Amino acid sequence: MSIDYAAIAPEIALTITAIVVLLADLFLKGDGKRLVNPIATVGTIVTIVLTAALWGETRSTFGGMFVVDAYAVVFKMMFLLTLGAILAVGYRYFAEGRFFQGEYYFLLLVSFLGMIVMPSARDLVVLFVAIETVSIPAFVMAGLRKRDLYSSEAAIKFFLIGVLSVAISLFGMSMIYGFTGTTSLTGIADVLRSTSNPEPLLLGSLLLVIVGFGFKVSAVPFHFWAPDTYAGSPLPVTAMLAVASKAAGFAGLLAVTFIAFEPYASIWAPALGVLAVLTMTIGNLTALQQRDIVRLLAYSSIGQAGYMLVPFGIAQAGNATLNTQAIESVLFYLIAYAIMNVGAFGVVIAVYRKGGDRSLNDYAGLGYRSPIMAIAMTGFLLSLGGAVPMVGFWAKWFVFVASVQAATTFGYALAIFVVLNAVIAMFYYLRVAWIMWMREPREGAPALTPGFILASAVTVLMLVSLVLGLLPGIVTQYSSAIEIAAR
Amino acid sequence: MISNDAGWAIALAVFLPALGAIVLSLMPSHKDTEARWTAVLFSGAALLVATGILAGFDFGASDQLQFETNVAWIDAISARYHTGIDGISMPLFYLTFLLTFLCAIYTTKHLPDPGKPKAFLALMLLLETGMAGTFIAFDLVLFFIFWELVLVPMYFMIGMWGGPRREYASVKFFLYTLFGSVFMLVAFLAVYFQSGGQTWDIMELSAMGIGSRTFQIWAFLGIFLGFAIKVPMWPFHTWLPDAHTEAPTVGSVLLAGILLKMGTYGFIRIGLPILPEGAEAFAPILGVLGVIGIIYGSLCCLAQTHVKRLIAFSSVGHMGFVMLGIAALNERGIQAALYGNIAHGVVTGLLFFLAGSLHERYHTLEIDEIGGGMLVKIPKYGVLFTYTAVASLGLPGLAGFWGEFTAMWAAIFPAENLEANYGGLYLALVIGAGIGTLLTAGYFLWLLQRVNLGRPAPQWADKRLDDVMAIEWVSWLPLAFIILLMGVYPRIIFGVQDAAVARLVTFLN
Repeated sequence: MSIDYAAIAPEIALTITAIVVLLADLFLKGDGKRLVNPIATVGTIVTIVLTAALWGETRSTFGGMFVVDAYAVVFKMMFLLTLGAILAVGYRYFAEGRFFQGEYYFLLLVSFLGMIVMPSARDLVVLFVAIETVSIPAFVMAGLRKRDLYSSEAAIKFFLIGVLSVAISLFGMSMIYGFTGTTSLTGIADVLRSTSNPEPLLLGSLLLVIVGFGFKVSAVPFHFWAPDTYAGSPLPVTAMLAVASKAAGFAGLLAVTFIAFEPYASIWAPALGVLAVLTMTIGNLTALQQRDIVRLLAYSSIGQAGYMLVPFGIAQAGNATLNTQAIESVLFYLIAYAIMNVGAFGVVIAVYRKGGDRSLNDYAGLGYRSPIMAIAMTGFLLSLGGAVPMVGFWAKWFVFVASVQAATTFGYALAIFVVLNAVIAMFYYLRVAWIMWMREPREGAPALTPGFILASAVTVLMLVSLVLGLLPGIVTQYSSAIEIAAR
Repeated sequence: MISNDAGWAIALAVFLPALGAIVLSLMPSHKDTEARWTAVLFSGAALLVATGILAGFDFGASDQLQFETNVAWIDAISARYHTGIDGISMPLFYLTFLLTFLCAIYTTKHLPDPGKPKAFLALMLLLETGMAGTFIAFDLVLFFIFWELVLVPMYFMIGMWGGPRREYASVKFFLYTLFGSVFMLVAFLAVYFQSGGQTWDIMELSAMGIGSRTFQIWAFLGIFLGFAIKVPMWPFHTWLPDAHTEAPTVGSVLLAGILLKMGTYGFIRIGLPILPEGAEAFAPILGVLGVIGIIYGSLCCLAQTHVKRLIAFSSVGHMGFVMLGIAALNERGIQAALYGNIAHGVVTGLLFFLAGSLHERYHTLEIDEIGGGMLVKIPKYGVLFTYTAVASLGLPGLAGFWGEFTAMWAAIFPAENLEANYGGLYLALVIGAGIGTLLTAGYFLWLLQRVNLGRPAPQWADKRLDDVMAIEWVSWLPLAFIILLMGVYPRIIFGVQDAAVARLVTFLN
């Protein structure tokens, strides 16, 4: 069996980058360690080019366990561009903190290596390896601020819950293998389709796998680790966890639900739909009461995960058109979410830099202290809330349309919850904007000096979310090319 | 003069202010005066382009879309960038540019705390793009984008430059309107899917006749919530007095002058032609709520002690007349509604300008604290205030009269089906509206009596108060002139709309 090296070229490139970064850190001294960031960035760009070259092709290797198609390429591009953005917003944070730069970048790259494998995985084993590759470096990264108790707490909580969730998933996977005799996702689907009278235990194992991913995407009631972990981790790591790690969870969840368990959509779809409603409602209602910007964004990201779960709720077995549309809307939402949330964390990092400010009150008068950062943050917040003309509006639009298009009572109910939550969420996003612009800054609050790289990264993200808000077709022309559920 | 197939002209007029907003935000913040004149420049240039469009407009063919652009925009959902202008859009479109330009001029002199003309004017120009875009969008998605675009700038205008309760007022404005527009969006989607999921084009959908009567009623309900909150109709009006009272002068002027009209325009442009059966089912409700608004608004005005709040409630009443015109569902009624839109925009816009300047002078808008004698103390201002208030109460010969009179006239003989089923109700509505005109006259005259007549209160007697300043003359006289022109020659608006409204009414049958 020959290996299709072109198909795994991005993974190889990212692996080499990670190793080079680790070695470079060994040999560089003092301020020289800052060089690892540019090295990682160059490697990321090379990987992006290699991934883009795969667009339009369908390749399959390792006996069909690893597939590169439009769906995988769109996902990989999203992860890699997010990686680029996180490298940019986190540069100064680590360069000035002078702690574990080499380790951080190495772990970050390895974690993203797992992510870009995820959308290509068409086998439970590969999926499991990918999810572990994403998670294990993340456990360490969460605890990088070693002397900070909160950081250690974050790491421990994340580790225990992460291991638990993976164990649950793995348990489910092993039982599914026992029932179906295969680990291939399409193979499982074929067996399930021919099983007319499923055993309750089989259905239970499906739900175990889904619950495992539920922890990963921080769906209520599996979300309780997220706020503490986000709040305690170093901020660039929080951005990575809130965006990329969550997106990886969604990539895995999409693969198991829409490919492997597709024939039993009538069982998992309502369950995930209910989870979606709980997730967005509880996430948003809790976010209303937060006083700390990181915790606010943490709960907001739980709420956002709820919107992204909505399209799962309308899936129907055998309805390829509808399912494809559901996947597209999740994908679009993930892309939009990555842009606006990394951007928002970029601003949080900039504000945090002078004196560790992260309470909402520290944002008072940000409009006077740094108009660019305040404008950008306002844009990101409005986008997260779903206001026009930002990309977040279209994200909600596609989710909403998908659930209406299902033309079922449950679909309409989900649509109504999306609408109600959008209005609730707007309230706390607006409040932050209000504090930034309409409160006087604290006495002696310093002007922000985010530095050139962070400032330009945030500006670019802001412009991207605006341009995509005006011309969402730029993304949909790619995301509508996917055919994962076409059968 | 621009030839009327030049679609780019509309895009230029609509997006020039947005460009101005970008230019302003890039200017250094200490350039105070320069920022103010940049805004005048951009809104002036946009007004110039709009004037060119007006000059190139073929008034003989006002039922046709002119200056049309129709290009692909978002293929995935088959939304198109379709803009154009016809007789229904033209007056509102032009009023948008005129009012914003006057506001920019006014701001060269007056700007409430905390100053910051750069941010204020950038928001105002962004608002202009949203408002103008709403009136020329002929694709439901595009319409919705422009419609929503006005929310954020207005939110910040009220929230940053507003009065003491600005936080409450701005959030209430934002969430209330957002809530309504979400339902509107749901209705748009329902229409889109019901029509086969091919087009969002307002013109095509109007010609289509979509769905069953039941579907149309449900879809109209969604559209109704969105537009009724914006108008605002009783009982959805409660955000308006708060927003108006707290908003800075320019915010109030644009809110009353243009933003409210987006609601009635939406009813006429989208609700009526696309969902005629739904509109027919809802017409009596619109009429009843409109007349309740007229009477309720007037009664509230009688109880107000704050000039701006009084004008805000008078808006509720005036918009009630507009809704009564729409509820008649006949050509005359829609003409009246559109005319009332413009008249109210000009008159109430000017009233809010005047109220703003009143605050500049007296630093209060409580009627008791001002305490009378304005005609003695600041005679020119007093005369102008009287003139506008009298126009607002509907004196024949000034702008306010024709909209209200025609609306009542139209409602006596509403559309055929309505007359057959609800003839008595409509007659009662007209009587109610008639009582409303009396109350309106009553509270405006009482207001004039309290602030204009008599002797100046002792605390003001020896204070030096400026009469109307040069910059105020410049920004107010055009409006005062239009009020008179519309009063003595109403055809200037009716004539433009004639053919377009006639065509629209054909969709209703």
